[in-house]
Amino acid sequence: MFGYSLERCFKLFFYFQEKWRLLPAFLKVKGLVKQHIDSFNYFINVEIKKIMKANEKVTSDADPMWYLKYLNIYVGTPDVEESFNVTRPVSPHECRLRDMTYSAPITVDIEYTRGSQRIIRNALPIGRMPIMLRSSNCVLTGKTPAEFAKLNECPLDPGGYFIVKGVEKVILIQEQLSKNRIIVEADRKGTVGASVTSSTHEKKSRTNMVVKQGRFYLRHNTLSEDIPIAIIFKAMGVESDQEIVQMIGTEEHVMAAFAPSLEECQKAQIFTQMQALKYVGNKVRRQRMWGGPKKTKMEEARELLASTILTHVLVKEFNFRAKCIYTAVMVRRVILAQGENKVDDRDYYGNKRLELAGQLLSLLFEDLFKKFNSELKKIADQVIPKQRAAQFDVVKHMRQDQITNGMVNAISTGNWSLKRFKMDRQGVTQVLSRLSYISALGMMTRISSQFEKTRKVSGPRSLQPSQWGMLCPSDTPEGEACGLVKNLALMTHITTDMEDGPIIKLASNLGVEDVNLLCGEELSYPNVFLVFLNGNILGVIRDHQKLVNTFRIMRRAGYINEFVSISTNLSDRCVYISSDGGRLCRPYIIVKKQKPAVTNKHMEELAQGYRNFEDFLHEGLVEYLDVNEENDCNIALYESTINKDTTHLEIEPFTLLGVCAGLIPYPHHNQSPRNTYQCAMGKQAMGTIGYNQRNRIDTLMYLLAYPQKPMVKTKTIELIDFEKLPAGQNATVAVMSYSGYDIEDALVLNKASLDRGFGRCLVYKNAKCTLKRYTNQTFDKVMGPMLDAATRKPIWHHEILDADGICSPGEKVENKQVLVNKSMPTVTQTPLEGSSVPQQPQYKDVPVTYKGATDSYIEKVMISSNAEDAFLIKMLLRQTRRPEIGDKFSSRHGQKGVCGLIVPQEDMPFCDTGICPDIIMNPHGFPSRMTVGKLIELLAGKAGVLDGRFHYGTAFGGSKVKDVCEDLIRHGYNYLGKDYVTSGITGEPLEAYIYFGPVYYQKLKHMVLDKMHARARGPRAVLTRQPTEGRSRDGGLRLGEMERDCLIGYGASMLLLERLMISSDAFEVDVCGQCGLLGYSGWCHYCKSSCHVSSLRIPYACKLLFQELQSMNIIPRLKLAKYNE
Amino acid sequence: MAPRGADEMRDRVVLGEFGVRNVHTTDFPGNYPGYEDAWDQRRFEETFRVDVIREEEDALEFDMVGIDAAIANAFRRILLAEVPTMAVEKVFVYNNTSIVQDEILAHRLGLIPIRADPRLFEYRNQGDQEGTEIDTLQFQLKIKCKRNPQAAKESSDPDELYFNHKVYSKDMTWVPLGNQTDLFPDADFRPVHDDILIALLRPGQEIDVLMHCVKGIGKDHAKFSPVATASYRLLPEITLLQPIEDEAAETLQKCFSPGVIEIQNINGKKVARVANARLDTFSREVFRHEGLKNLVRLARVRNHYIFSVESTGILPPDVLVSEAIRILMGKCQRFLNELDSVPME
Repeated sequence: MFGYSLERCFKLFFYFQEKWRLLPAFLKVKGLVKQHIDSFNYFINVEIKKIMKANEKVTSDADPMWYLKYLNIYVGTPDVEESFNVTRPVSPHECRLRDMTYSAPITVDIEYTRGSQRIIRNALPIGRMPIMLRSSNCVLTGKTPAEFAKLNECPLDPGGYFIVKGVEKVILIQEQLSKNRIIVEADRKGTVGASVTSSTHEKKSRTNMVVKQGRFYLRHNTLSEDIPIAIIFKAMGVESDQEIVQMIGTEEHVMAAFAPSLEECQKAQIFTQMQALKYVGNKVRRQRMWGGPKKTKMEEARELLASTILTHVLVKEFNFRAKCIYTAVMVRRVILAQGENKVDDRDYYGNKRLELAGQLLSLLFEDLFKKFNSELKKIADQVIPKQRAAQFDVVKHMRQDQITNGMVNAISTGNWSLKRFKMDRQGVTQVLSRLSYISALGMMTRISSQFEKTRKVSGPRSLQPSQWGMLCPSDTPEGEACGLVKNLALMTHITTDMEDGPIIKLASNLGVEDVNLLCGEELSYPNVFLVFLNGNILGVIRDHQKLVNTFRIMRRAGYINEFVSISTNLSDRCVYISSDGGRLCRPYIIVKKQKPAVTNKHMEELAQGYRNFEDFLHEGLVEYLDVNEENDCNIALYESTINKDTTHLEIEPFTLLGVCAGLIPYPHHNQSPRNTYQCAMGKQAMGTIGYNQRNRIDTLMYLLAYPQKPMVKTKTIELIDFEKLPAGQNATVAVMSYSGYDIEDALVLNKASLDRGFGRCLVYKNAKCTLKRYTNQTFDKVMGPMLDAATRKPIWHHEILDADGICSPGEKVENKQVLVNKSMPTVTQTPLEGSSVPQQPQYKDVPVTYKGATDSYIEKVMISSNAEDAFLIKMLLRQTRRPEIGDKFSSRHGQKGVCGLIVPQEDMPFCDTGICPDIIMNPHGFPSRMTVGKLIELLAGKAGVLDGRFHYGTAFGGSKVKDVCEDLIRHGYNYLGKDYVTSGITGEPLEAYIYFGPVYYQKLKHMVLDKMHARARGPRAVLTRQPTEGRSRDGGLRLGEMERDCLIGYGASMLLLERLMISSDAFEVDVCGQCGLLGYSGWCHYCKSSCHVSSLRIPYACKLLFQELQSMNIIPRLKLAKYNE
Repeated sequence: MAPRGADEMRDRVVLGEFGVRNVHTTDFPGNYPGYEDAWDQRRFEETFRVDVIREEEDALEFDMVGIDAAIANAFRRILLAEVPTMAVEKVFVYNNTSIVQDEILAHRLGLIPIRADPRLFEYRNQGDQEGTEIDTLQFQLKIKCKRNPQAAKESSDPDELYFNHKVYSKDMTWVPLGNQTDLFPDADFRPVHDDILIALLRPGQEIDVLMHCVKGIGKDHAKFSPVATASYRLLPEITLLQPIEDEAAETLQKCFSPGVIEIQNINGKKVARVANARLDTFSREVFRHEGLKNLVRLARVRNHYIFSVESTGILPPDVLVSEAIRILMGKCQRFLNELDSVPME
């Protein structure tokens, strides 16, 4: 007994340490952005072929013999057209630099008729598809780091985004309620109803089941009013009331609940299918007819029931059996939910599906492809009837730009508008944020939800228990998008669509009886379970446990796809099988007989490289569970908590956090909002953005001069290679108050540290210019620098220009100096025929000038051409900044602060070993924030520095405080991390021991230099003559309403007058005392006299108001009186 | 025996479990009855003492006993911020095709300690861009990276593949200005350390810069500071208030840095004794032991400063200290002159 447990303990211990190694193996095959790439790959390799198949034939009404048939469709690899018909492969970085689109041609094989000939053409381009980086068609796939370097690409860059017109664009993951599922919900009044959003490739519709006065109705937006459900049943061919009741359920209370509905049908005198169809047909909302044969109302109703209502339930040859049963199940759900009030939870994550780039693009492409085909048809209809010398050849009419522009525009604007699905979404794509590596990674895992941001609802925003392990509980923005924008956790995978044919076959082999063969009453038998596949009823099963178990065994053995999930719902007595795309799932270790299937032997083999993650899957050691199946399982968090019911074991608990929260050391010791704040701030931290950062010419790029690896790291940091592209520096921090310039989270910085490079950063900006060619054969020119007549030296504005008129690298640019001395012809239109053509085109100067309060240096100049063949000149400008008072810093615990004071080193306190802190932080930052993680980070960092090693602060693990304290004691330090410190000013010791040690600090992008603003006098707006607004326009500082109220309250009327008029837009007007209108230069145009005209000062805006009122026939008259009368 | 009562308050800084007591100097004249605390040069000369404990090439540890915190701190502050050295101040970039940005390169060059005795030079006048031989040292760094034609083809080691791919401080060469060759016939002005990595290059990249090295003080920029650090600590004093024996003695020994507590065998009993309190780093471990914490008193001698000066290598630490003293003397002199020049009312 003893021996056994000892052995077990040993195994446990050993195992604990090694289990996490599955994670890097997982990330290798299913990296952080793998979901995007998988989804895109599925689209360009599989889905696009299906779309083509669905729309393969184009025919013409003009000629029944004519047709065009697509045989195959391919997406190629990215290339660029160098000159006419000469293409060459293109690298993503070239596209970024040259403002091009990283896209590949879409080619088709077609078969069509020309005259009486049947022609087959292969590899015909129909448009271009923007290619996702690192997808199967990207040039980067399968390249080694060295090859990446050759292509100017960073091997750590995750990919998964597009480059459109030189801009990196991400298609955000979109969260949606899952399609084709029955959702039973209570409305505002508390009445329960069911709704289904059905969606197929062709149609999308929403069907509701509502209860009104105890009767059931079907509601659909194609029907002008709610239709009693019994009539629907009859319309679908179930004429007998008994059969209807049998389908819904024969239990006493169910029958009682349904009886009124039958009564109503009786009252409406509808007994046959014909009557019912007529009834429904009268309620159909008239739709515009697209020609075609005219249908009767009954036909229309039948058509509607078959294809539009509950679209996803297939009706073949008007066999409504499956749809009837589906409707019956909906009714039954509502009845059952009423009694026990077990409505479905809309926010439950098993009911959500995530739409990825591939799905969104396939919708878009299908739309464009259909449009393309209808265009071809239209052309055929027009051209074929006209007799021409040349026979109609459709290939000549296939234009590439429609599909190309459609794709490019959608991605670059983010507007996804598809008429077919009435879809009009904005902001689907976003520019990939390249502030830091983390911000880019964080963006790739972001999920945006369809809910309106302005609505004040808590349900969709709050953390759902079913999000455990799938979505990061910390990483969400604050404010209006809080809880609506989410991030994936580290191990989450999103499924792609799968074939369901084999699953149906397997299910029926396992004893599922087909719905079409049922009489209906079986549905409500207490021991029979309904089997659903992707929301459709597949059939019923008696021994559901056996079905589920066998199914899982088959899946583990690899006979069915690992992402197919099966789960039972005992309260609804259903078995749900899902194989649709967009489900969240994550891997777990399988536990058999209270022992995890993965053993040390496997882990060793993994470490030696004999085995990869896929092998674990194939051998049934590890499997993916989606949210629904997780509910069916008993998952142990640690091996020690496995009991007899346990089915699975968590790989590592820290994976429940996402990428951004993974950076935080000891997050489990922090108050949770602090972790959320850090998730937002980690994205603003400067550092490194990629190995290719120096080759990029971005509009804005912040880099740190000396970035460092954090002393206290986490497993996540290692996994995502944050250490290789860090964003921050290890600062020695003393937690004490100093000088009073550290209140409200301000930091005191050591001047010597800044001298030595702490927090020093580089700010890169770019300037761009294109040289265009115009239609009248003129073009933009770049002129050399203008020389001063006397000295023969360039004038100051042109000082930095080279002989070619473009600034030279390395030069310092000051405000208003010229970067490119560009000139543009004054006439760019083609002159009208007959008018005299000027011999020499006139040019006007349109220089690219540098604007900025501080000087910059020119890092590099790029001269190239863009996709339109225009010259493209890009300049990269650089500034180096050392931290100054007001710059923002933050630790990794949501503790941000600005620099309040910079103190010379000799004034800094020092400890016995002579160490001065880099940063002094006020201790008041701790009690209310409760960021204990930061305290532990300091302790672990200090121990790490003393031992010369890195400590781990991994969530739910990491170096133990006790061990860290032991290290400190070993080095002769106090175990609490508090040191005896001497004041640098007095030379006497401080009365308190000071908490002293290294903490990783991030420099945030908010810097005083970019924000400081003051104005005495400056530009004014043209219309109102008031000072302009905003820093960018050198605007004034507004004395707003509330400030005005204060001054009124105080009675400072002269100050008010000075602020609101004299210093703003005072204007001298002549007012006629007689008519009260404004005159002009001492003359009243209304009275035609100057007798009563007097001059006064009013705000110009006031004068403007009077005139505007006059212009709309309202006469404002001023009454003048002497103020002393 | 350690001082108690008023003596303790006057002469010792006491380290408690939760804080430090008696941190401030209180020996003002008349503050303690029975003590003659008025300034007396003779008595100061008798008690003041400087003992050099350890002297190495670029580090110095010495005790300064019998002095006030303000004066000791003044030495420390002057060492950090006011002893001048020579450092690169102006960098003229003729060509820099390396990936290190000009500003960063200049910053790195500035921080390299230059072995040049600052006493031989003058401060450069404000606004002077050119510099003369009396206030400027000129250095040149001109280096270009090339491919090594002899390198093995399959090699991936940059050291083998390229020449000059690492730019070290040793690549900086002194370019005499004006008559500097005559002024300093046997001078060898160069960086203190040869192996400071300045930049990494790849074939075709080159750096060609000229540097002006000027005299400056650490107050202006940390690169002029002549010390890596200069600091002091007070002499530890550990007093055992009761004899501590056997097991307790052993735990006590473990509570301090090695060598602080010694265990003697007296009459078959192990008795703890303070051997060398100086070695203690005040981890204050004793306070974690309920039984021991009231038996030990941790204190530091208020007027015994253990200075440690780590030079950057430009000047030997002893020279730095004497320079610091000279600067303080100069300041005093200036203050006295200032006082003298103010007419008495």
